[in-house]
Amino acid sequence: MTQSVVVQVGQCGNQIGCCFWDLALREHAAVNQKAVYDEAISSFFRNVDTRVADGGGDISRGKICSLKARAVLIDMEEGVVNEILQGPLRDVFDSKQLITDISGSGNNWAVGHKVFGSLYQEEILEKLRKSAEHCDCLQCFFIIHSMGGGTGSGLGTFLLKVLEDEFPEVYRFVTSVYPSGEDDVITSPYNSILAMKELNEHADCVLPIDNQSLFDIISKLNLMVNSGKLGTAIKPKSLVTSSAGAFKKRQEKPFDAMNNIVANLLLNLTSSARFEGSLNMDLNEISMNLVPFPQLHYLVSSLTPLYTLADVNIPPRRLDQMFSDAFSKDHQLIQADPKHSLYLACALMVRGNVQISDLRRNIERLKPSLQFVSWNQEGWKTSLCSVPPVGHSHSLLALANNTCVKPTFIELKARFMRLYKKKAHLHHYLQIEGMEESCFTEAMASLSTLIEEYNQLDATKCMPTEDVPRLSVAI
Amino acid sequence: MSIVTVQLGQCGNQIGFEVFDALFSDSHCPQGLCSKRENEAYQASCKERFFSEEENGVPIARAVLVDMEPKVINQTLSKAAHSGRWKYDQHSCFCQKQGSGNNWAYGYSVHGPRHKESIMDLIQKEVEKCDSLSGFFIIMSMAGGTGSGLGAFVTQNLQDQYSNSLKMNQIIWPYGTGEVIVQNYNSILTLSHLYRSSDALLVHENDAIHKICAKLMNIKQISFRDINQVLAHQLGSVFQPTYSGEGSWHYRRNPLGIDWQVRPPLSGLPTLSKMSTNKEFHFNTSIANLVILRGKDVHSADVGAFKDPALYTSWLEPVHAFSVWKTQRAFSKYEKSAALVSNSQFLVKPLDVTVGKAWNMFASKAYIHQYTKFGIEEEDFLDSFTLLEQVIASYCNL
Repeated sequence: MTQSVVVQVGQCGNQIGCCFWDLALREHAAVNQKAVYDEAISSFFRNVDTRVADGGGDISRGKICSLKARAVLIDMEEGVVNEILQGPLRDVFDSKQLITDISGSGNNWAVGHKVFGSLYQEEILEKLRKSAEHCDCLQCFFIIHSMGGGTGSGLGTFLLKVLEDEFPEVYRFVTSVYPSGEDDVITSPYNSILAMKELNEHADCVLPIDNQSLFDIISKLNLMVNSGKLGTAIKPKSLVTSSAGAFKKRQEKPFDAMNNIVANLLLNLTSSARFEGSLNMDLNEISMNLVPFPQLHYLVSSLTPLYTLADVNIPPRRLDQMFSDAFSKDHQLIQADPKHSLYLACALMVRGNVQISDLRRNIERLKPSLQFVSWNQEGWKTSLCSVPPVGHSHSLLALANNTCVKPTFIELKARFMRLYKKKAHLHHYLQIEGMEESCFTEAMASLSTLIEEYNQLDATKCMPTEDVPRLSVAI
Repeated sequence: MSIVTVQLGQCGNQIGFEVFDALFSDSHCPQGLCSKRENEAYQASCKERFFSEEENGVPIARAVLVDMEPKVINQTLSKAAHSGRWKYDQHSCFCQKQGSGNNWAYGYSVHGPRHKESIMDLIQKEVEKCDSLSGFFIIMSMAGGTGSGLGAFVTQNLQDQYSNSLKMNQIIWPYGTGEVIVQNYNSILTLSHLYRSSDALLVHENDAIHKICAKLMNIKQISFRDINQVLAHQLGSVFQPTYSGEGSWHYRRNPLGIDWQVRPPLSGLPTLSKMSTNKEFHFNTSIANLVILRGKDVHSADVGAFKDPALYTSWLEPVHAFSVWKTQRAFSKYEKSAALVSNSQFLVKPLDVTVGKAWNMFASKAYIHQYTKFGIEEEDFLDSFTLLEQVIASYCNL
């Protein structure tokens, strides 16, 4: 079994990361009732004897002594990380795996990327190497950050190049929170586009998320819970937004519900690699199946169900509803409508008591309403993991490589242009050493090329599919 | 004579377990519908083929388990051990930590050479446990990375190292609609390589078995376990012992014993213009059929219909193309059962569809970078396409 290391950068990255670790502990506690340190837990946690000074060596088998997250926490101001270290999860993090500064990046990508990048490069490398050494077989780095600010966006993407150079064989999966329309950081378009160039060039796979979509999901859930329309209570743990039953009790903070959704996304993404099932899907299979061309590696994700009713009886119709919901635009984690755009590839990762016939029946049912690119008409990758998430009997994570991600990029580009045309706030960036106007134009060009690739694919949507003439052979 | 089984990847190992379980259950079935002596001879023959004996009497499957990540092998070992009736040899397993990522190139070009010695050593050890080796049974899927890529590599090495022994590959044809997106690439690469090194390819399609589960067995929620068990049942009815000749009462020694390869006569191939227009197209044209009958009244069963020349290609006499194996001992409590192994045009359609889809994807160059990263170039793809088009054409011309 392989291990993964989570690198959480900036305020957003660390807050999401915190929720992730909390829910991960909850999940493993639910599955692993005997508190034995097994291979599943080892994918994200080390087992350390805290009585020995300096943590001692890692304990690879036997009872769980003290679990330490395979994580590196990076932030250029201390507030968030300090809060984590004083909170209920403080024992889960190794104090040596933190990198902090005091002044923050001032919502400036250039400060995060150029200034703090060069200042902390050595230290970052050292912490990453340490975390890799603790792994038997390191397969993946999960980077969590936001695109709109300075640290997550700038330093987070600086990291990508470091990881690519230092650990070329290890996958880089990036969870990026894109700024919504009403983002309160004025320079977020600049930061996002500068960061996008790095994502284009150095990430293996990107899962874009936006706050608006998360917010909409929560509003819907609140409406449902409060309206009493569903009669009996929703199982508290089953809400995709809840921390109920989490290993350590935390004060629920405003962004917690939204962050829990992202945390659940990461748990479900890795479930088939950690737990057993009749059709396993490892992390390297995600990239292999969902990235047909290196630059088209943006995956739109959706999670269902968002809750489970306390009533245990689940008729098959409910199961089919789960599949239908995964394709509805209300369940996507960015503002996107995959049903009306073109699919390049789609992965369905199912957890719980679902069998291959359920999967097939639903693929057959939904296929006619979806459009796949001509060379990948049956572009489905599926996996069945026997272990359901906490509070559910089954769940589905859909990952789509779909042109519906284009509008997000186009809008970002438009917001960028509105600022750039007026050269607004540009001087904050240009005064940083290493920054020139060409950084902006190059980043812009990179995004435009990407958008153009999606445009070309969309253009094939209406064309009749013609089979390419086959080889003719002499016998 | 014994068969050494090599189970590769998740599919190969999951199926392998069901196969050994089916073989064991059947051979220890008390209701053989035959005499006690008969039953004992049957059991002994089955045992020799598939199991070796341990000190405490628990039979050990003659198998090598290979996978590039540990979860499935661990499960398979413990399932067998839990049954208490038979088990796998814990030392006959080869496992790594990180899978092949559904990447044929990774299975073939990276895992293959890297682990060749260890895997071939394990196989050698199993072979040495046999008094006499009949051949190898390799179970693998075509859609993934380990079964397909590493499976092709291992088969090639078996060809080099054990050229006199038969190599039969059980390949699983994936569902038409996606289990793996790059399954068509992996399939054509696997098939073209196996064609060069395997002696026989036994094909099972997931779609076909799924239909059996749904329509014939009426299973409502079909799981992979159901599918694998149907498959294991079919394989069991083919591989369990049968009499060695017409009228003989001894079990044949060589379980894989007919000439599985049929070659057309060097001269006398009909020219292309003489495509069989006068033949009735009710059946797929075959070049070989094997019928296996088990149970009551086998000796009086009429297999005349299988000798109809209309079933066979014009350059073969039915007597050369048709064989029948029998045993009175019933299989798996069925009073009468029959199995048919056929080398015919049935595979043309699925093969054609798979090659077509792979070709369309190849034309757009999608996913190719994932393969070239590990040393499988566009040329290798083209070679595979060429070979398979020839296979399709050859079968179409029967």
